[in-house]
Amino acid sequence: MYNSGKIIAGIVIFFILATLPFLLNIGKANTKVEPSINTPEINAMAIKQCIEPREFMRAKHMQLLHKWMDQVVRSGNRIYVSSSGKQYDISLKDTCLGCHSNKKEFCDKCHNYIAVKPYCWRCHVELKEDKS
Amino acid sequence: MSINRRQFLTLAGMSTILGVGSASVMTGIGKGSLEASEVSPDPRALNAGRWGFVVDVSKLRTDEDYQRCIDACHNIHNVPSIREPRHEVKWIWKDSYEHSFPNTSEDAYMNSELREKNFFLFCNHCARPACVRVCPTKATFKRNDGIVMQDMHRCIGCRFCMAACPYGARSFNYVDPRPHIRDWNKAYPTRMIGVVEKCTACYERLAIGRQPACAEASNGAIVFGDLEDPNSEVRKLISEKYTIRRKPELGTQPSIYYVIGGGEHV
Repeated sequence: MYNSGKIIAGIVIFFILATLPFLLNIGKANTKVEPSINTPEINAMAIKQCIEPREFMRAKHMQLLHKWMDQVVRSGNRIYVSSSGKQYDISLKDTCLGCHSNKKEFCDKCHNYIAVKPYCWRCHVELKEDKS
Repeated sequence: MSINRRQFLTLAGMSTILGVGSASVMTGIGKGSLEASEVSPDPRALNAGRWGFVVDVSKLRTDEDYQRCIDACHNIHNVPSIREPRHEVKWIWKDSYEHSFPNTSEDAYMNSELREKNFFLFCNHCARPACVRVCPTKATFKRNDGIVMQDMHRCIGCRFCMAACPYGARSFNYVDPRPHIRDWNKAYPTRMIGVVEKCTACYERLAIGRQPACAEASNGAIVFGDLEDPNSEVRKLISEKYTIRRKPELGTQPSIYYVIGGGEHV
């Protein structure tokens, strides 16, 4: 094999460069995204429970919001009956942001982390943080 | 490289198993809709077979009377007030008799009071709306109660509806409307650049049992009610007084009736 020294050295250098981002982060814990539920409204609740179980909201909140959007605008249904039988007004502003009044610390935190840009806020108004 | 029968069958069998497996994964993803959920309308909601308006402009005497209704609507719905006329956005506005009823305006001897009167113009919520027929995304659609509704989420801004509407009831957001909103009503969303908007007959107020904002602010000049109910106030007004509609010859069956003169003695 000709020039084996150079080739092997090149392969080693290439391997190190290609895996550098991983090598640098060995041993470091993954940055954990913790959307904050520390708002006065939620803290005042006896049982901190969203309209549906946490796992469901984590996985399916976008489908839920999408369904809400169609129900209000296209079907005129404004009351949501959750799996626990409680009734809620279908309203992003009043029901969702009524408790999660910290959009920057709640919605934006995960959305920024996974680089999705929902365009809810180009029309819908974020009540409290909008003033600042 | 050759392959014998046994190898081929093994390969084919494995691919089939993998294919079936991934198909079940795909259907599993498709089922990810919402299991536990029901929706219902608000019990306070007002219902009708076909909502309609009767506009009696003889009850509007000054410009302030008009402006009060326009402001009521535009402030509630965050309609921007844009100076540039090409970018103007409006849900309800006033215009001359000549512009409102162009097909009847060439009569030189007609009642001059009527000719000089301004008329309230807004979406006619037609029974056979041209805008709904042309919308490629069903962003504008006809509700069961007769309201021609605009789903801003689904609008792609093609403006076919604006070309189709014979009444000019639709406005396009050529610029971001937010900087042009005077009194921001935080209870109602704004719109974004690139969507068409228009009067929605205050569907959000009907849903909680309230009359449209313009009717509420008009002191009786705009009456709102069910055109299919023979005992409703709008039907009584239409049967008692002489009313006209805008461009009826187009066959869109508009739901706004304008009371023309006559007053109380007709």
